[in-house]
Order: sequence, then C-alpha cells, then structure tokens
Amino acid sequence: MKKLSDIAYARSGDKGANVNVGVVFISKDYYNKALSKLTSVTVKSYFGTMVKGDVIRYELPNLNALNFMLYDSLEGGGSETLINDAQGKTFGQAMLMMEIDIDD
Amino acid sequence: MKNIRVANGQGFWGDCIEAPTKLIKYGNIDYLTLDYLAEVTMSIMQRQKKKDPENAGYATDFVALVDSNINEIINNNIKIIANAGGVNPYACKRELKKISKKHDIDLKIAIVEGDDIYNDLNNLIKDNHEFKNIDTNESISSILNKIYSANVYIDSFSVAKALSLGADIVLCGRISDPGLVVAPCIYEFGWEKDNFNMLASATVAGHIIECGAQCTGGNFTKWKDLKDMHNIGYPIAQIREDGTFDITKPENTGGLVNKFTVSEQILYELGDPKKYISPDVCVDFTSFNLEETSKDVVTVTGVKGNMPTDTYKVSISYFDGFKASGQLTISGPDALSKAEKSAEIIWKKLENAGLVFDKTSTEFLGLSSCHKSIAKTPNIINEVVLRLGVKSQDKNIVARFTKELAPLITAGPPGVTGFAGGRPRVKEIVAYWPALIDKKVIKTRVIL
Repeated sequence: MKKLSDIAYARSGDKGANVNVGVVFISKDYYNKALSKLTSVTVKSYFGTMVKGDVIRYELPNLNALNFMLYDSLEGGGSETLINDAQGKTFGQAMLMMEIDIDD
Repeated sequence: MKNIRVANGQGFWGDCIEAPTKLIKYGNIDYLTLDYLAEVTMSIMQRQKKKDPENAGYATDFVALVDSNINEIINNNIKIIANAGGVNPYACKRELKKISKKHDIDLKIAIVEGDDIYNDLNNLIKDNHEFKNIDTNESISSILNKIYSANVYIDSFSVAKALSLGADIVLCGRISDPGLVVAPCIYEFGWEKDNFNMLASATVAGHIIECGAQCTGGNFTKWKDLKDMHNIGYPIAQIREDGTFDITKPENTGGLVNKFTVSEQILYELGDPKKYISPDVCVDFTSFNLEETSKDVVTVTGVKGNMPTDTYKVSISYFDGFKASGQLTISGPDALSKAEKSAEIIWKKLENAGLVFDKTSTEFLGLSSCHKSIAKTPNIINEVVLRLGVKSQDKNIVARFTKELAPLITAGPPGVTGFAGGRPRVKEIVAYWPALIDKKVIKTRVIL
C-alpha cells in the first residue's frame, strides 16, 4: 500500500458546483501503476458523502497526471453554497490521504 | 528569435498588493497582466455597481497600483493588460485619467468594449438565443426577472487591437483569463486566427500564470521544501515567436518553479484536458512537454491546438436570495458535545419561531469540516468552532437567524466565546449562470 502523498502531488478547485482534483505522480512508473488503482470508481467511493454526483477521470500521460471531475460536491456554486470550503480548495489535500494498493 | 516577457501580478481581486510593484521594478518585463475577475468577483462588483452605478463596479486596487508605480511603468516601458474594468470600465478609466493628470504623464488607456450584453439580453432571447445553463441545461426563463449582469468572454484579438492602437493600459471587462497573455503575443508576433498551435501555446502560458503565485510555489503540495515564502516571486512567461515558452520568476525571490509547481497549476480548474476551450482556440492539454531547463525555469514545448468553437461563453449573474453564516468558538472539556448542543439549541429556537429556511448548514471547524469521513477524528478535541449558515429568499428570516448566535454565550453551555465581530451580516446571493452565445452576434470595440 502507498499513501498518495508519498508518490504524488495534488491540487483542487471549483468549476461551478463541481470540484476538480488534479493528481501529478512523481514518476512515470507510479503513474502507470496507479492507472488501474486510482479510478473514477475508487475515488468516488473514497470521497463518500463529499461527492454527491459522478466522478469522471481524465488521463494526462504527458504530465504523469490524472484529472478527476467530482460532480455536485459543493452544495451549490461558489456564491450560493453555505459550506466553509466554498470553492473546493481542500479536496486535493483530502485526495493525498488516500492509500492505493501498489508497490515499488 | 523574438520573445516577450509577460508577467502576472494578480491572480484575483484581493491578491498580494506588493506583487505587481515588484514585477514592475525587478521583473524586467514587457507586459504586466492582472487578473482581478473570478466568477464570484463579477457578482461582488455587480452588487457594488447596483449601489453606485456611476462610480463603482471595478477593481479599485488597480487604480492605486497605477498611482504608486506610474513612473516605473513608463520608464521601464511596460504595457499593462488588466480585466480591472469589471462591470464598469468607464469609471475605472475616469479614475486612471485623474491619476495620469496628477502626475502629468500622458497615459493612453484603452477600453475593450463588447463583453457586456446585459442591455441586449432581452432582444437576443427574442431572436432565439437560448442562454441555456451549460452545467444544468436549465432554461433561462427561470431567472429572467432576476438577472444582474451578462458578460461574454471575448477573444484575445480584440485586446490585441487595443495594443496595436498604442495603448499603455488596456482595460477589459470579461475576457478569458489566459487571453490576457495571448493578446500581447498576437500583437507582437503577428499571429493569425488560424495559427492554432501558437495560440494554444500562449493559452497554456496564460493558464499557468493566471493565478499568480500558484505556479511559483503557492498552494504547493511540498510546501515544506520552499524557501522565503514571505517574498514569493510572481510568475513570468517568456514567450517566443514560435509559441514555445519558459515559466520563471524574478531573481532573488522566494518560492519555486519546477515541473511539479507548474504541473499542479496546469491541472487547476481543468475539465477535459483534450478540450480546453478558449474563445481563440481549443487546446489539447495532453499534447505538450515540460522540461526543467535551468534553476526556476520550466520550458514548455509542443502545445497543439485546434479550431475554436463558434460560440463564446457567457457569464450571467442573478439574484438568488439571501444568506448568512456565523460562528462561535467552543472550548473544552467536551468541546464537541457542547458545540453539538449549541447547534441544537439554535436550530430548535428558530424552528419554534416558525422559521423555515431553503437551506441550512452546520459545520464544526477544526473537526473534519473540510474532509468529512476521510479525516480521522482526534482523541482529544480541545476546542471547536461551530459554524452555522442559512439561505432563504426572505431577507427577514435570514436577519432573524443572525440574532440567535450571541445569546448562546450567556444562555448556552459554558466555555463559549468568539463573538467579537458582532452579528453576522446578511448577504445577497448573486449566483452564476454559465451559457453560450453565437460568436457572430458579438461585436467588440476599442475605445482609446
């Protein structure tokens, strides 16, 4: 098992009522190994109640990166939501606490 | 090969006020871009303009910035492109003219018009332009009588035209954020509308630097490795005539530029990476390469772009009721139980008063408010901040909510404090409605 924070970088932000989380792996090797482990299904399950809608994954092999769209995750858009993290700024840090089943 | 140095000194309205000054003085730059407009910012400016239609509705920080740096801007021959005009570029220009007169310096200030379609909206709708919400697919009819503003993200060629007319400062309202960087490239390198790869490359450069220090070490996962964060360098894109570019920052500044600080920012607010749509070009974010070519220099090559769509994105804001959020600090022992009890008391009192809100929220800051079940609960919670919020179309009941927090200090559990700020403010909600419009009906104009 590897904690994502040991093998990747992450950043998140809002797109309307949705959040995107970009994950950049420290090497091509980890990126390739993560492809079958860090999927839209595992990410949706990990975020639990934080994500009400679908999760879609996009691949950016040129950056060893994956981009996740987390739909309906802010209880409304930036100016109408009541939650503290109104723009999804902290979802990237949450992502990095995830553990995935890969080895060196 | 000809190249230009384009910096970003402001990632949003409220960003570091020293950053643009440092870039003007020490950045050795040709162009300074300033991005004041987030989606939420437009709604803030709209509220300000509603209170004072003549004088408000633009980024006032920008005027102060020009006032204190006007000599260096002229001496260093720096052109400025800013979306500081917000929803009232005319008021902004008027203030800048006063500054230019005060310093006895002839500043050529151009306004790029045509993004503001608020007054044409009804006619456009009559002419069968639908303005469907592109996120939810809803019809605009549901918000028709509540619209505050409608602005088109206009293309970069309109902004480049202002530069070709000799503007020292180009004031825009809504243009695409990366467009602030694409425009000077079009002007300097003579790029045409079908130079898709070059336009795409400058768009990626613009995307990387548009959020200021977020590509130079700000908001970076490995924050512990960074030096001199108090003096973080804001970004500079050195862009060559063929579109390839370097991302860097001024010498003797803190922060870091490497493959990862840049990659994190490339992914920021990204959707489908193969279809990054700007008004100028569709960019393929999976097409290019990053290379660390020197200390604090990342070189980007190989960006591919395709023909743009035949629509512009439109940002519409509308009135969507009222909201308020307030908080109390609750200390231990049993901090969490006391916070839960406090919330229960407040909601019960409001319920007994017969108030029904459209939406409420109860959060315990300091305890998984951001990460819910993902974060582990600590064994000892020595204090917690209770944050409550409500939303309603009825201003009066939101106002009533704001009066129910302070009484908890004397009438609730012990150890409650943190109410120094007084009652929370009732805020009008200006919500965001993204839509599309046929490019053919939008006409832009430069006023010098």
